[in-house]
Amino acid sequence: MRIAERSSALFAALALAAGPAAAQSQFEKYQKMVAESSPVELFELVGEDLWKKKQGPKSASLEQCDLGMGSGVLAGAYARLPRYFEDVDQVMDLETRMLHCMMTLQGRSREEATKRLFGNADKPSEMEYLSAYVAGLSRGHELAPGQSHPREQASYELGKKLYFVRTGLWDFSCASCHGEEGKRIRMSELPVLYKPEAARPLMATWPAYRVSNSTFKTMQWRLNNCFAQMRTPEPVFGSEVVNALNMFLTVTAKGEPYRGPGTKR
Amino acid sequence: MADPMKMRATLKGDTAEVRVLMNHPMETGQRKGPDGKVVPMHFIQNVEVKLNGKTVIEGQTSQAVSRNPVFSFRLKGAKAGDKLEISWLDNKGDKNQTETALA
Repeated sequence: MRIAERSSALFAALALAAGPAAAQSQFEKYQKMVAESSPVELFELVGEDLWKKKQGPKSASLEQCDLGMGSGVLAGAYARLPRYFEDVDQVMDLETRMLHCMMTLQGRSREEATKRLFGNADKPSEMEYLSAYVAGLSRGHELAPGQSHPREQASYELGKKLYFVRTGLWDFSCASCHGEEGKRIRMSELPVLYKPEAARPLMATWPAYRVSNSTFKTMQWRLNNCFAQMRTPEPVFGSEVVNALNMFLTVTAKGEPYRGPGTKR
Repeated sequence: MADPMKMRATLKGDTAEVRVLMNHPMETGQRKGPDGKVVPMHFIQNVEVKLNGKTVIEGQTSQAVSRNPVFSFRLKGAKAGDKLEISWLDNKGDKNQTETALA
């Protein structure tokens, strides 16, 4: 039996069955099929092992990491990020906070822990596996980033402002691509992210597995890559700028039930 | 191989709907790596499914299947408590397997 033939035959059958009027739902059907066969769960499993693995000079696991709901509480934690953390007087997203735990709980240096943040198909990074695991544990929880603390509000305002600031070699802002309805880059639509109806389905499915190059992509990667595409200097991992943009996007999407790590093109 | 394999099986009447996620690079032997050298063939060649120890599916797969394959199928005549085991063998002789009990 041939797995490739079976799935392509199934897809062909679906394509023939629907008429031109059902074009939109064909796209949705494709996305559903892609999501159903996503190896996202495998990343979550490896992430769980890494979370529990003793590492660093302190030979400790990340199991005592406080992601905002208390030491070691993971259920729903991702859905409540980014948020303000008093112990560091900073607004942090998931990856920034995990880095903090790697440094404090495990005693690892920032240099070592950030040496290889973004992986590839042959070897995903530790952050990617961990992000998949922790995000997976927020499935079904409504997105509820921090909004009550003044620093959280300031982070949101900063992100909102930065969305429209033009910078870099090409004088681009986020809004240059994500500021007008009905636009696309090649065959990816460009959602207008400051609108809740656009932000909600997206923030409910990041981090995500990218099918086209078999890699798992995180939010820090996604925002970093936007800056790269705009030809600006590379942002620092976990910087105030990146977290503010993440905060802005997550607040715009708030209330949406998180679906778990997604699957993208 | 230590890489995880995940099998999910749901029983609907007397039919089990099973989905297996396999972690494997599935190299065709035609791709060039970042060093410019051809990445050697490395793909799953055999997939076997056993129901309560008896082989019910035996498949031969090729490098046409892409990385991290997903195998989904329906099994008739299954009932709660049945043991479903899946295993694969690749061209390098590596193996992996996982099993689950139908609920």
